[in-house]
Formats: sequence, C-alpha cells, structure tokens
Amino acid sequence: MASSLRQAGVAVRALVLFTVVLGVAYPLAMTGVAQVLFHDQANGSIVRVHGQEVASSLIGQQYGERWFQTRPSAADYDGMGSAASQYGPNNPELVRLIDERRRAVAELEGVSPDRVPPDAVTASGSGLDPHISPAYAALQVNRVARARGLPVAEVRKLVQENTEGRTFGFLGEPRVNVVSLNAALAAL
Amino acid sequence: MSDTVAGLLQAGLLVVLLTAVYRPLGGYLARVFTSDRDLRIERGGYRLLGVDPTAEQTWAVYARSLIAFSVISLVLLFLIQRLQSHLPLSLGRPNVESGLAFNTAASFVANTNWQSYSPEVTMGHLVQFAGLAVQNFLSAAVGISVAIAVIRGFARSTTDRLGNFWVDLTRTTLRVLLPIAIVGTLVLVATGVVQNFSAGHEVTSVAGQTQTIPGGPVASQEVIKELGTNGGGFYNANSAHPFENPNPLSDLVEIFLLLLIPVCITRTFGLMVGDERQGYAILGVMGTLWAAFTFATTFFENQGAGTATQVAGAAMEGKETRFGEWASALFASSTTGTSTGAVNSAHDSFTPLGGGTALLHMMLGEVSPGGAGTGLYGMLVLAVLTVFVAGLMVGRTPEYLQRKVTAREIKLVSLYILTTPTLVLTGASTAMGLAVARASIFNTDSPHGFSEVLYAFTSAGNNNGSAFGGLSANIPFYNVALGLVMLLGRLVPIVLVLALAGSFARQQPVPVTQGTLPTDTALFVSMLAGVVLIVTGLTYLPALTLGPLAEGL
Repeated sequence: MASSLRQAGVAVRALVLFTVVLGVAYPLAMTGVAQVLFHDQANGSIVRVHGQEVASSLIGQQYGERWFQTRPSAADYDGMGSAASQYGPNNPELVRLIDERRRAVAELEGVSPDRVPPDAVTASGSGLDPHISPAYAALQVNRVARARGLPVAEVRKLVQENTEGRTFGFLGEPRVNVVSLNAALAAL
Repeated sequence: MSDTVAGLLQAGLLVVLLTAVYRPLGGYLARVFTSDRDLRIERGGYRLLGVDPTAEQTWAVYARSLIAFSVISLVLLFLIQRLQSHLPLSLGRPNVESGLAFNTAASFVANTNWQSYSPEVTMGHLVQFAGLAVQNFLSAAVGISVAIAVIRGFARSTTDRLGNFWVDLTRTTLRVLLPIAIVGTLVLVATGVVQNFSAGHEVTSVAGQTQTIPGGPVASQEVIKELGTNGGGFYNANSAHPFENPNPLSDLVEIFLLLLIPVCITRTFGLMVGDERQGYAILGVMGTLWAAFTFATTFFENQGAGTATQVAGAAMEGKETRFGEWASALFASSTTGTSTGAVNSAHDSFTPLGGGTALLHMMLGEVSPGGAGTGLYGMLVLAVLTVFVAGLMVGRTPEYLQRKVTAREIKLVSLYILTTPTLVLTGASTAMGLAVARASIFNTDSPHGFSEVLYAFTSAGNNNGSAFGGLSANIPFYNVALGLVMLLGRLVPIVLVLALAGSFARQQPVPVTQGTLPTDTALFVSMLAGVVLIVTGLTYLPALTLGPLAEGL
C-alpha cells in the first residue's frame, strides 16, 4: 500500500513535468519556429484575390453555376465541420444520391450521364476536398467559358495551370485545385 | 504512368525509406536503453520525481508503476476536459460531458485514440495540445517501455529485474519521441499542415459565401499522432482533412512515421538479445503480413464491389481526390496493422471486402507490425506460442531464445491471447443484444450495420482507434463499454506480458542443441505467420461471416 502510494506520487510529479515539456514548451516552440520558417503554410495557405482573403488553397468551397464545381460534400464545405458521409458500399440511399448527382451534373454540363466521372458523384473523406479529377474539370470548361463570356482556350489554360500531377510522378493522384482555379477566374 | 505502376512505386518508396532508417534507428534505440549514462536534464527530472535511476524493478513493481502512471493520466485527462470552459484557449467550448470525457481519457491513455467526439465542436486548443497530445507521447512511451522490459526478459538471465519504468519512460520520451517529433513537425508544416493558435478566421469566397478556416497547433500533434501509433485526429476527418494531410507527400510522411518505430524496434530486439537474425525473423513475419494485407486492401478497393460503388464507377465515396484508391488503401492497411487508427479516408465507405480486410488486419492483434512497442511484444508472445505448438508436434520441451517454455509461461501466453478476443466478442454481442446500442447503427440496410459494431469493439479491444464512422458512438453505452474495453485491452495484456518477461528473466539459459528449433529461419517465419492467421481465423471467423463476408461474398 505504502509502495503504491509512493508510485502514485511519482506518477503525479512525472505527469506534471511531462505536461510542461510536451504540452506547453513543445507546441509553443514548434508554433514559433513554424511561424517564422513557414509562415504561409502554418497559417493555412490563404489565397488572396485583389488583396482580399478568399479561401485556403487546401480547403474546398461551394460555388455557383458560373464557377468550377467541387465534389459533393457531407459537410457542405463547412470549415468547422469536416465529415464524410459514412454511407456503406451497398447503401440504397447512397445509390439514389449518386444517380441524382449524376443526372444533375450531366444536365448542368450538357453532357451524357455516362461521361460524369466518379469523383463528381461521390462525397470526399473530409467534406473539404479542394480537388477534382482532371476529367471532371475538363467536363466543366465549356460551361464556365460560356457563363463568363471567356474563350474556351483561355479557361482550358487556367485549368492546366491549376492542375497538379502526381508528386514526383508517382505519389497520389493527378488533380485540379478548384479553389485556386476559381480564384484565378475571379482575378481576371 | 499507369495507376498500378504509380501505386507500386509509392509503396516501394515507403519500403525503401523504412529500410534506410532501419539499422540506424534500431541501433540507436538499443543504445538508449542499454546506456548507463543519464542526460543532465534527465538527472534533474529524476531528482524532482524522487526516483533513483539506478534502482531496477521486478516485473511486478514495473507493472505497478505503469498502472499508477496510467491511472493518474486518466484522472488528469478526465478533469481537464470536465473543466475545459474554465481554462484558457477553450475557444468557448463547454465542459465535455462526463461519459464522453471518460471515453476520451481512457482512449488516449490506452494509446487507442478512439474518438466518439467531433473535435471541431468539442475540444478547445488547450485540451488538445496540453492534454490529448501529451498522452500521445506518453502512451506511446509506455508501450515502448514495456517492449524494452520484455526484451530484457529474454536478454537477461537469473535475475528478477527488468529495468526501471520511470527511466524507460523518460528516455523514450526525451531521447526518441521528442527529437523525431520536432523534425517531423517542421517537415509536415512545410508540406502545408497548419501550426497556429487561431480559433479560426472568416474568409469570403469569390462566390460571395463566408467560410471559417479552422486553426490549431495541428502539425505538432499530427506528428506524434502517427509516430506514437495513436491516431486521434485534431479534426473530425482525421488525416483526410487537408490541414492534417494536405498532399500525397505529407501522406507518405505520415505513413512512414506510423510504421517507423514498430518496424525499427525489431532491430533493437535483435541487438539486445545478441542475435540480429532473431530481429530479422520477427520483422519478416510482420512485413509479410503487412504486404499481404496491403495487397488485399488495394485489390478490393480497385475491384470496386458494392452496388453504390459500381453505380459511382469507382470506390471514391469517402476518399480524397489527391489520394485516390491506392494511397487510401496503403494508409488503411498501415494504420490498421499498426494500432494507429488514423485514417485518410472513410473506412465505412470502403468496399465490403476492402473494409473487411481493414477489420481483419486489426483482429490479428496489432502485430503487423503493430503499435509502438506493443507490436513487438505482441509478436513475441505469438512466437512463444509457435515454439510451443512446434514442440507439441515433435514431443520436446519448447524453447525460445534459450528459454524454456513451461506451464507457467504458456498459461500467461494463453491468457494474453484470449484477453482481447474475449473483450471484442463480448462487447460486440452485448451491443447487438441491446436496442439502444443497435439504434446507433447508421448503415441499417445490410450486414454492414453489424460490421460497424464489430469494427468498433475490435478497434477498441486492439487499441487501434479507427472506426466505421457511421456508428453514433457518443451515447452512454458505447462511451462506457468501449472505454472499459480499451483500458482492459491495454493494461491486462501489459501485466501478463511483463509477468512472462519476469519469468523468462529468472531462468538459466538452456544450451542450444541439435534438437533446438531454430527461430531465425524462413521455416519459423512461415510457421509464426501461420499461427497468427490460424489463431485469428479460429477466433473471429464466425463474427466475420455475419458482417463483411456476408456483405461481400
């Protein structure tokens, strides 16, 4: 019993000491260094248009019909509510949603439903995915060009500028950043 | 480049990076725990603690120190959540409700990081960085300390001493975890992970809508979340959130970090028992299982089974565009094989057999390569079982690393192996018997609903922490039941394995003879892998047939 009490005393002191080092000094020091060395990244990679903060290039947003569309989101792109849909692979409600989204995208873009790619009809893991596939971006070029009275070639060029390939050629997937693409459109 | 080539290169780079650090880090760990010199800061710490660093402990005292530390950690983490609204940097969030606070405290102390809460609306910054992240370090350090004590059980003879818990805990934290975390934080921030104390700030999009960009000291927590095989997300979406894991490079760094210690500690084991080949053999089993499960997960996700998956055209529900199927499957396999439980995609939305593979991977008992420290001692217990089974076949007294496996040892091994499945299956069946617990199931359309419950208890019992996230687990039943399962699934095996190590350390080594089963050969590696799979299969197959197998076959 006496030994257990002694161990408990050591445990309390150890936890307090470690909390000072790991829970106070460490995060404060790392924040300080990060703010100096990587100021933009540490603060959320903020995108500005005409000097105004419009987004984080990493956090997706919802846009109207004059803009490139992001993926469906279980969080409605609420920055304080990241979430996935959690629908199972056989959930009938998900089947219905996918059908509905496919029809809506096909109608909006004026293409046949079988051309709508998977990322356009599925919700992401975070609900904040800023990216879409190059195929989905290509599908949207004509509509955006028409809506904004821009030449198709110019819009296509902007898409290209906001397309990232696989990192080092083999990590992850090719993708188009919708947030920075729409910011580029707004900056025109 | 085709998807397949890119995907294989991605996994290949991960293996190359781990191979490059295997010898240096494994050797460094061995030196840390065999050195008799204390750093000046450590000596100061021991004085404040009132601990004599040269005084070694028996297994029972080691276990008692560990349990005292875990209980005190549990209490403090519970209190800090209950008092959140009175503390600074709470961001206006209320005190955490007591059932949830218990569940979360148990979860982080047990190195599980099951999260019944959504961090964005529940936890202020202070609770995260001064409470949860501290346990991310310390619970990992506890696991590594136990592994080191168990290694000493095999490395020493005719002694009842296994080391000093406070010294092992301190050295792991200050000499291993903290230095790697400091470097890792900066790497992650450079890739785009945020590191600030902002409560979030508003922007107005080009389309005129307002959005709050969240903040937080994320990178410093993200790094130890992976390195310590913890897995608790700073945000609800965990490593799928762009601020936790912004691109394929950060993704690879995170997978590397969560595999780092479990892989490299096998070298530490080989060095400390004086036979490097024993370490390679253990790594061989872990690596084989990890590769097989990674292949299976990737295969099933690419195959894209499931009505909804097929209607969509690919298994992209719950996956991020930047990761796609390959990087998501690689993460899923690595996180479920290491007891980490971080996720970069929603496992609930995986294909029936893809999600089922993730579930089965946890059921192996977190040994492929398992959690930081826990993976090694879990696999060593199975190695002892394997020599026992082999000994039965040929009628010889089984030995492992020149230690006799007698009735006492095999009793401890059996209890160890039975503990987690008992907790998992009792928990899951109790939940299925209670209407209030069944009501939490989200995907009620198919056997998938049962998989959500089975996954929850498997994750808790094996201290993984990932979820089939559809389950609404924030109700009193799950908070209490999963909390208890996490604590028992953590502490009971630790006590048993320390007793086992104590028992081996007391022995006089038996000489190696012609009749000794060599445990550093390909034959033993395949036998051990077979034992892992057979034990798991016999235990869990009935439950799996009701869930993922019923849905996927």
